[in-house]
Amino acid sequence: MTVNPSRAARRKMVSWIFTGACMLATGVALIALMLILWSLLTQGLSGINLDIFTKDTSAGGLRNAIVGSIMMCLVAMVFSVIIGVLAGTWLAEIGGNTRYGHTVRFLNDVLLSAPSILVGVFVSTILVNPFGGASGWAGAVALAILATPVVTRTTEDILNLQPSSLREASMALGASQFITIRRVIWKAAGAGLLTGGLLGFARISGETAPLLHTAGDNQFMHEPLWDIFGMMSNQNASLPVMMYNFALSPFEEANKLAWAGAVLLAFAVLGINVLGRWLAREKKM
Amino acid sequence: MSAPRPAVSTDQIPVRRDVLDPIFRYVAFSAATLLLAVLGGLIVALLIGGWPALAKFGPSFFFSTTWDPVREVFGAAGPIVGTVVSSALALAMALPIALGIAIFLTQFCPRVIAQPIAIMTELLAGIPSIVYGMWGLFVFAPWFAKHIQTPLSGLGGLFAGVPNGANIFTASVILAVMILPYMAAVFRELFRSIPPQVREAAFGMGATPFEAVTRVLIPYVQKGLVGAVMLGFGRALGETMAVTFIIGNSHNFPTSLFSSSSTLASTIANEFGEASGMHSSALIALGLVLFLITFAVLALARWLLSSQRY
Repeated sequence: MTVNPSRAARRKMVSWIFTGACMLATGVALIALMLILWSLLTQGLSGINLDIFTKDTSAGGLRNAIVGSIMMCLVAMVFSVIIGVLAGTWLAEIGGNTRYGHTVRFLNDVLLSAPSILVGVFVSTILVNPFGGASGWAGAVALAILATPVVTRTTEDILNLQPSSLREASMALGASQFITIRRVIWKAAGAGLLTGGLLGFARISGETAPLLHTAGDNQFMHEPLWDIFGMMSNQNASLPVMMYNFALSPFEEANKLAWAGAVLLAFAVLGINVLGRWLAREKKM
Repeated sequence: MSAPRPAVSTDQIPVRRDVLDPIFRYVAFSAATLLLAVLGGLIVALLIGGWPALAKFGPSFFFSTTWDPVREVFGAAGPIVGTVVSSALALAMALPIALGIAIFLTQFCPRVIAQPIAIMTELLAGIPSIVYGMWGLFVFAPWFAKHIQTPLSGLGGLFAGVPNGANIFTASVILAVMILPYMAAVFRELFRSIPPQVREAAFGMGATPFEAVTRVLIPYVQKGLVGAVMLGFGRALGETMAVTFIIGNSHNFPTSLFSSSSTLASTIANEFGEASGMHSSALIALGLVLFLITFAVLALARWLLSSQRY
């Protein structure tokens, strides 16, 4: 067999060009990330001051939007952690291998990447129009529908990672399935379940589209703060919806507030994501 | 799966186990069923809400480009084409880059820096869509209008349009950046799932890295790659806020790369709040169309990805 030197050289060169192209692609993605972070820092950081946290949007702050966002996300997370962990447990421990189980898993995956605006339209037709207007509850339900599939998915994944010897040991000691799951499996998977919750939280805290037509907007914060039912029953401001309205406003002051909100939101979401990944670091998720 | 019953006499077993187990199974089953019920409810709500518009306009709803809330005449062809074209353009831009990232990280990159780079690209996925929208509106669109669109506008044809940066092309660029990390992450998982012997065998035959990747590794995970591409496409189709900010929101049929347009999702986001009657029904019908398109794409993606098992 003879080796044609020019052909070998050409093949090598093609390979080098290919490697270079792959590096270039990675560079493009990293540059995009840098450009966005740079804009956030240069445009938004100057707008961040104490007033943001102490004044309402009517007075040039973001207090009502921040409080509204946190409230709706927390209420949504209460729903979706309960339902998502139970559904994920059912898929991993009880009925995941049945035909019905496969259907649930498949449709959960579909729901996981369904367009969020449709969830907003859906909740708006069942919870806003019949009940006389937008409310924090409707917003929280829309967010819960988006977060639950994330929690379900991570719960199932993390429970499947638990060694079956754990279950066998528990059952050999005479524990029932419920006790096994509650006292052994959920406990062993604790950090992973928390990660699922955090990833769900990160997913919904930046969502605008489902809130636009469900939670409405509000220039003021509901007083007093501990009247949670009162706050959630009214139209409720949120950081993303406020950003949407203010970014499209012709006034520079409003745009500036929107950028300040963008910085808060982006770094909060990135922080939650990083925290979730850090908790899951040894679980290989 | 039911618990194996240990061989002890029944009087030693606490009564609770027989009571709590079925209740727990029932509750967990209900939670799983609730997920299905939500999806079912979503479809039914879209069908009921969109029916008046679909019944009134019939097939012309899908082919007409008239979108006139004042005269209450609605045709969805503009938004449908805008959605598909902007998503397809985004896919065409994101695919080579995502593939390049995945190949670089799994094949060429030293392990020490592969992990940090992977995390950084995944951070792109964590940035909220509204922030992409604002970045597009305030930073990218003006830059694009000044440095690319204005010099090219003299060419006409594909490059014709109002040089304000709010058009179908800039929307696609933002979309591409948004779906990039998702696609890169799935690609990376796929390349990692290939047994090392396959790669070693390719090199053992004397293949260069380029030949190993294009002739052995990529064909090996072909189906999964197509699935990941569909997943990215599904995401791009339903993306709302970023597109709403930058696509220009015109219901006309897009005639060039730089003409302003609208998508199904952006039209709903813009108009649903103020709509009533037939207008609202037409918007929900748009939602139904969007749901059917994304459902088909996502179902295909999941099917392709789940059949990629070795």
